[in-house]
Amino acid sequence: MSNAVLENRPSVPEEIPTFTATLMIRRFDPEIGSEPRWENFDVVMGGTDRVLDALHKIKWEQDGSLTFRRSCAHGVCGSDAMRINGRNRLACKTLLKDLDLSKPITVEAIKGLPLEKDLIVNMDPFFESFKAVQPFLIASSKPDKERLQSPVERARFDDTTKCILCAACTSSCPVFWTDGQYFGPAAIVNAHRFIFDSRDEGSQVRLDILNDKEGVWRCRTTFNCTEACPRGIQVTQAIAEVKAAILSGKP
Amino acid sequence: MTATIESPRSSRTQQHSRFNFEKWGWIYMRASGVVLIVLIFGHLFVNLVAGAGVKAIDFGFVGGKLSQPFWQIWDTLLLWLALIHGANGMRTIVNDYAANPLVRRIFKGALLASALLLILLGTLVIYTFDPCPAGSPAELLPSFCAAK
Repeated sequence: MSNAVLENRPSVPEEIPTFTATLMIRRFDPEIGSEPRWENFDVVMGGTDRVLDALHKIKWEQDGSLTFRRSCAHGVCGSDAMRINGRNRLACKTLLKDLDLSKPITVEAIKGLPLEKDLIVNMDPFFESFKAVQPFLIASSKPDKERLQSPVERARFDDTTKCILCAACTSSCPVFWTDGQYFGPAAIVNAHRFIFDSRDEGSQVRLDILNDKEGVWRCRTTFNCTEACPRGIQVTQAIAEVKAAILSGKP
Repeated sequence: MTATIESPRSSRTQQHSRFNFEKWGWIYMRASGVVLIVLIFGHLFVNLVAGAGVKAIDFGFVGGKLSQPFWQIWDTLLLWLALIHGANGMRTIVNDYAANPLVRRIFKGALLASALLLILLGTLVIYTFDPCPAGSPAELLPSFCAAK
C-alpha cells in the first residue's frame, strides 16, 4: 500500500507560480548616517515564501549588508520579530501571499527599543524587565520525585507558557514606546506564568514587584499586545488577571 | 552527596510604603467611572430630554435646580468625581509623554492647581448660588422667587 502512494507521485514537480514582491526596508547603519532611510528591493518569490525568505534572498543575492536576526526560522525562537506593514509580526510566520503585493511591503525594526542596525534593536531593556519579575520557579520544599499538579491547575496558566520572548507585544505597547521604565506586556505575561502556577511559592513577591509605579497599573488595555502576539496569547487578559490578583492580594 | 544551590537572586527590596498611589488611582478611575455614567446621563436626561426638553433651560431652570438639596448633592458629586477623574487621566498622559522631569513637574503642578481651583469655585457656586437676585425681572427668575 505504501508503494502505491509513492508511485502516484508526479515525476516532475509542479511549477510553483512566482510573483515579484517589493520590500521597503528601513535601513540604518550607525557608521554611515545618523538617520534611518527607506530602501526598496524587488524580489521574485513563490506562493509558499515568507517575508523572512524575501529578506534572505535580498541579503544573499542583492545586498549582503542587510542585517536582521533569525535563528530557527520557524516561529519558535522569537528572534525575527519586526514591524511588517505597520504591524508587529514574526517574519518567519508571515506569508507574502497574505500581504497586499500591489504595494511595497514595509519592513522595519520593532519600536521602543534602541535601534542598532537595520532590523536589529538592543533587546537589553526588554530582558532586564523580564529578569526583574523573577521568571523561575520559587519553591522551598524539595519533593522526592516530582511536584504534582492537576490538569486544572496546569490549565490555569497554560496560555502564558506559550511566550517565546520575541518582544512583539512589548514593542507594540504605546506606554512602552513613551516610557521605557514600564515593565511591558512580555514581562507581565512571564510573571503571570509563575504567579498562577500552583507549584510556585513566590507569587506574593512578583505581585509586589508588579504593584509598582511602572508595573501593571501603567497598562491602558490598548490590546496592541494581544493583537501583536504571534503565539496568540491573550496578553491583555493576562495583565488584567495580574491586576485582579494584586487587588485581591492572592492569585 | 547533594550540592546546595543558593537561590538565584535575592528578592527586590521594597522601597515603597504600603499605600500605592498608582493602584488607588487605577481603582478610583474604575469606581468613579461607573458612578459618573449614572450622574452624567441622569444630568443630560433631566436637562435636555425630560419635560420641555432643551428649550426649558434658562436662568430660572438652573436656579431652580440649584436650590434643591438633591441636585446640589448630585452636582457636587458630578463636579468632584469628574474633575478628579479627568485630572488623574491627564496625569497618566503626562507620565506617558513628558519625558523631561522639570516639564513633568510643571504640567502636574498646573493640573493639580487648575483641578483644585475648579473644584473650589464650583463647590462655592453650588452652595452659595442665589436663585433670586434682587432687582431682577420676575419673568427670568424661578417661579418660587415671586412668593418671597
